[in-house]
Amino acid sequence: MIGLDALGIAAGLLPATAAIHHASDRGAPRRWRNVGFWTAFAILLMAGPWLPDMVNGCLLLMMVAFATIGLRPASVPTTSEAEREEGARRFGMRLFLPVLLLPVMAVGGTIAIADGRIGGLALIDPKQVTLVSLAAGTFFALLFAILLTRPPASAPAAEARRLSDAVGWAMVLPQMLAALGGIFAMAGVGKVVADGVLDVVPMNSPLTATIIYCVGMALFTIVLGNAFAAFPIMTLGIGLPILIRHFGGEPAIVAALGMLSGFCGTLLTPMAANFNIVPVAVLDLKDRFAVIRVQAPTGFVLLAFNIAVLALCAFPGASR
Amino acid sequence: MLVLSGIAIIVVGFALRFNPLLVVTVAAFASAAAAGHGPLDVVAMLGKAFVDNRFIAVPWLVLPTIGLLERAGLREQARTIVQKMRGATTGRVLIGYLALRQITAALGLNTLGGHVQMVRPIVAPMAEGAAAREGDAPLDGETRDLIRAHAAAADNIGVFFGEDLFVAIGSILLIRAVLEQNGIIVTPPHIAIWALPTAIAAFLLHAARLIRLDRRLGDKRR
Repeated sequence: MIGLDALGIAAGLLPATAAIHHASDRGAPRRWRNVGFWTAFAILLMAGPWLPDMVNGCLLLMMVAFATIGLRPASVPTTSEAEREEGARRFGMRLFLPVLLLPVMAVGGTIAIADGRIGGLALIDPKQVTLVSLAAGTFFALLFAILLTRPPASAPAAEARRLSDAVGWAMVLPQMLAALGGIFAMAGVGKVVADGVLDVVPMNSPLTATIIYCVGMALFTIVLGNAFAAFPIMTLGIGLPILIRHFGGEPAIVAALGMLSGFCGTLLTPMAANFNIVPVAVLDLKDRFAVIRVQAPTGFVLLAFNIAVLALCAFPGASR
Repeated sequence: MLVLSGIAIIVVGFALRFNPLLVVTVAAFASAAAAGHGPLDVVAMLGKAFVDNRFIAVPWLVLPTIGLLERAGLREQARTIVQKMRGATTGRVLIGYLALRQITAALGLNTLGGHVQMVRPIVAPMAEGAAAREGDAPLDGETRDLIRAHAAAADNIGVFFGEDLFVAIGSILLIRAVLEQNGIIVTPPHIAIWALPTAIAAFLLHAARLIRLDRRLGDKRR
């Protein structure tokens, strides 16, 4: 059955390609640290489940070491600006089609094979249908792009490495932060913070409790990088006992605006690497916090808006 | 309280701009040590947790496709389209994308977007192309980075404040599950409807900021 293990092997093909390309790039400066970084990543994705945890941990530390001394990969030859202008004229709007194929495949696959059965056979783990559809979509999109643009045979691997190099260590950061999240949970970080908030602030009116809940959701999300991790802690700590049970707040409103306050926190934190740090690498920005800086005003104003909506709408007839 | 040392390390490490992978690793060791785990334990725990989360790496598989299309002129094509449109400005391009991203996310089409497959090859070149038309002086690095950061922000804000309108999205299912465990039954549409005021506010607020960005870019280039 196609499940998480198969997905890991598929995902590992990209760093494996980058590693092989680097290894065959004779004479490139700092070639071996790039080979080391991408090889370790490929092994973790493809073979990780069958290796001892200790080996996986050491491979991970190896990647961290390579990233810390700096990958600084040599550049890969690609097309010139004139060639790309010519390509844009030649292919025109058709260049967008492979990009569109991807969401079509991902959504179509998720709907068409929701139970993981193809032709009556249980082929795909039902829990992984979305990711399997996405992975299949990327392969078809690649095939489509090759048939459409007819590049030289060396180009797909070279382009895979060029963009992997452009993203660099940021490709690993979201997964690393997920691992850190597990360790934070094991160490009880969430509970310590929640108890701290609850002890310090008196919550004697719906308005103060609302402010604490929404700001707490945002702060927690900033720390953990993920509103989903913050939501149960804050809701079980403040939202449910105080806003809903004590002050009679409407549960759906309290919970919905609490979650949205968490999303405001997501706009403000480098811990949400996928959204805020990865694009810095993908778009080649100088300032690591460029995206967060741009998002911050919107995040703060929306947080205030959420507090106002919750305070005004969730407590019908409550004495304020 | 010592378990919070991990958070302190993250804050200081990010602020001093150490490599984030290193910062996260050190924070993991500190927090786990405070909870009574030795360094060897932590190495194994990190290795296991990293491998358990390997599904996160799947979306990167789109990179070779994007690379090939960029090689064939996708970014140039995106720029050309915008430059043929009279009246297209950076702000208007990004407001359009913000609306598209919010609406599609509200319909459950989260995958129609993202920094790698949409922002880098299509949205950012369009936004830059609208700022520097043919014959204009090329954008300076600072302005280019500002426009690109805004393109990434439009993607994030659109998806965050659109997806909660879709009843089968993870956040709504989580809300329902947490409340249900505590004996409170709410229906997904009831939760989703209360995401609507914030969705509208997010669009209006951010669109207003993008109009101001246009003014700022206009002043800069005059």
